[in-house]
Amino acid sequence: MSRLLPLFGFLLLVGLFGFGIWWNTQHDQNEVPSPLINKPAPAFVLPLLDDPTRTVSKASLLGKPYLLNVFASWCFACGEEHPTLMAEGSQLGVMLLGYDYKDAPDDAKNWLREHGNPYRMVVADRPGRTAIDFGVYGAPESFLIDAKGVIRYKHIGPITPEVITKELKPAIAALQKESP
Amino acid sequence: MTPELGQLALILALLLALAQGVLPLIGAWRGNRALMATARPAAAGQAVFVAIAFGILVWAFLHFDFSVRYVADNSNLELPWYYRIAAVWGAHEGSLLLWILILNVWTVALAAFSQKLPEVFAARVLAVMGLVAVGFLTFILFTSDPFGRLLPMPGDGADLNPVLQDPGMTFHPPVLYMGYVGFSVAFAFSIAGLLGGEMEQAWVRWARPWTNAAWGFLTAGIVAGSWWAYAELGWGGWWFWDPVENASFMPWLVGLALIHAQAVTEKRGSLRAWTILLSIFAFSLSLLGTFLVRSGVLTSVHAFASDPRRGIFILAFLTIVVGGSLLLYALRAPKVAGGKPFNVVSRETVLLIGNLLFAVASAMVLLGTLFPLIGDALNLGKISVGPPYFGFLFPLLMLPVVVLMPFGPYLRWGKGEAAPLKGLLLRITIAAVACAIIAAFFVDGQLKAIVGVAAGVWIAAGTLLFAYKRWREAPRGRRYPAELAGMLLAHLGMAVFVMGVLLSETLSVTSDVRMAPGQTQHIGGYDFRFDGAHRTTGPNWTADQGIVVVTRNGNKVGTMLPQKRTYLRGQVQTESAIDAGFSRDLYVALGEPMDAGNIQGAWSLRLYYKPFIRWIWGGGLLMMVGGFTAAADKRFRIKRGVDEVARTDGLLAQETRA
Repeated sequence: MSRLLPLFGFLLLVGLFGFGIWWNTQHDQNEVPSPLINKPAPAFVLPLLDDPTRTVSKASLLGKPYLLNVFASWCFACGEEHPTLMAEGSQLGVMLLGYDYKDAPDDAKNWLREHGNPYRMVVADRPGRTAIDFGVYGAPESFLIDAKGVIRYKHIGPITPEVITKELKPAIAALQKESP
Repeated sequence: MTPELGQLALILALLLALAQGVLPLIGAWRGNRALMATARPAAAGQAVFVAIAFGILVWAFLHFDFSVRYVADNSNLELPWYYRIAAVWGAHEGSLLLWILILNVWTVALAAFSQKLPEVFAARVLAVMGLVAVGFLTFILFTSDPFGRLLPMPGDGADLNPVLQDPGMTFHPPVLYMGYVGFSVAFAFSIAGLLGGEMEQAWVRWARPWTNAAWGFLTAGIVAGSWWAYAELGWGGWWFWDPVENASFMPWLVGLALIHAQAVTEKRGSLRAWTILLSIFAFSLSLLGTFLVRSGVLTSVHAFASDPRRGIFILAFLTIVVGGSLLLYALRAPKVAGGKPFNVVSRETVLLIGNLLFAVASAMVLLGTLFPLIGDALNLGKISVGPPYFGFLFPLLMLPVVVLMPFGPYLRWGKGEAAPLKGLLLRITIAAVACAIIAAFFVDGQLKAIVGVAAGVWIAAGTLLFAYKRWREAPRGRRYPAELAGMLLAHLGMAVFVMGVLLSETLSVTSDVRMAPGQTQHIGGYDFRFDGAHRTTGPNWTADQGIVVVTRNGNKVGTMLPQKRTYLRGQVQTESAIDAGFSRDLYVALGEPMDAGNIQGAWSLRLYYKPFIRWIWGGGLLMMVGGFTAAADKRFRIKRGVDEVARTDGLLAQETRA
């Protein structure tokens, strides 16, 4: 009987792996939390979209939490999320920072004129180098960064009203509870 | 046209592997010598066709054949030729082909060196190797074709993952695979032994050099990987307990247990079932590593792109191979605890304790690695255990190993005597304590570092005393047979490794600093002066390169040139500058310019002073050399005279009757 034990142990593992494969087909890999969560946001210095001679850096934004929203005019799903940001962006209680990703400045400006601009400021990352530090692999992506410059929450894909009520609002509430 | 020939070659290799896996087994079962004799030619044929397929893929890379999807995905016109060859194993499909090629290298070596093995046994061993090859060839042909075409053919390809564009990474996969796949030989021996029901000590002796060599390769592969992570990831760490690292570490631990268990079984006949079980586990864990890396079940920094179809295939393969062997083990493993009896104080006891600890450590690593998956399964949410779990439990499990290590060689088989142990205990205690006291002055009383020195000296003193004892007592020319010399080298390697780990972990100095050109930072007794950064270019990258001049008490130590490279496709990669030394490494990584766009200005830099970190890899290399040296022992070479030929025939006849 004891000679069968290794076999039983192994079958248990097989069951676990089978479950793992099934689980992965059911769940989006994107749900895996970003390794950056609860880590300091990478340092960045980026020009403003409207006025490239002025830059915004991570250091200059310290002190107040903000939601960094990665978008681009070429990005279809960004158009999907845009109305939500227009409607609810101002009621989030944190500053909304637009992050124009790998985009031609004129395209981005036209796009914002056409669809409306929910952002307090928009920074432009045309080469997309800083985005690598953030682990961005597609737009839209959103990062909630606290007053100390630490990434507290990340969402991949379009922000929907459901995401706002279920995930983003609680995350912001947790921030505000910490530092009233 | 040529890539299709590669595919054809793989199909032919699969057919030959089938022949190699099935015919000799039937031959061994029926006592048909003609069928058994098919094993070697089939193995050779398979190897030829796999080599052709591999050569065609290399050729496609060298000639920029971007009509092959795999080539287009992993290379481009600017990639230097040496990285185009390395790109062959830079992603899933090609590395699988490399795996198969190496399996064939081992099989051909086995076919060549097993001429003197009993015919039935050799036929079974080669057949098992053939069946393993069938699994992998099916896998590559049905789910991971490296020769798939891309239409229309692009003018230029993408790029080899820049983290892989490093000499360390070029050699890491082949060497690691030599180790992984090498355990298939010990596995094949065990399965052949179980199939034939011959539990003689002889087959364990034949298997030993193969296990030692495979373990040596695995050690080298892990060392290369660790060195690469240190040099390339820019964090200055050498081990991260990442799932993929763990995947190579588990077979290493079990292989270590197996090497020692095989010694017991071969010399004393004890622990036979355990040796078989460990052989199965070592290879199973190698397969498991492949599964974990390629199935997407676990997320890891260096996992391959995942595809559930592949995951299911490997899982099925794993189930058949491992489940089948464990079932065979349950049915056929030796029922009676054989072998010569041994006392509590004996070499067997010490080796058995070591074995159990290695096995438990391996299980601990497996549990930690699979923890996120278990968390999902039991609906506990996203959990993962990181360095705190491993960093606490692993040293705890290894502590008894370190304490017992010096005594193993001193103890006799069967019945050891306590008296000589007391003398040894006294000497190594004095040595360890004395060195620890001296060290305490140099390390500011840091306990972990002192313990490191004591532990290292404890093992080293015990090992060297044993070497001296052999020198005095054994007759000239027979003092250090290869097996013994290998053991001594590997144990010394362990001493060096332990010291390196504990000293570098405690005494390292890290400093993240902002430096303007001309500024100086003082770390670990060295002065680092930043002389600004400039733009530089390589074959397929441009980089910002910083200049850091290091001096010590005014004497120049060297100029370090850390880089932040941007590859063609925009991937950014840190190239740290390392000034290596026997007793310390200096390590500089370039961060970001303080003012983007002005690279002449101030930068953020990461400076490290890492004492004795090189000892970690030095110890690993000593262990590797030990494994290879032991494998070369003449005693393991198979001698077979006329009488043994007769015996084989008798065995054959006996089995045919049975």
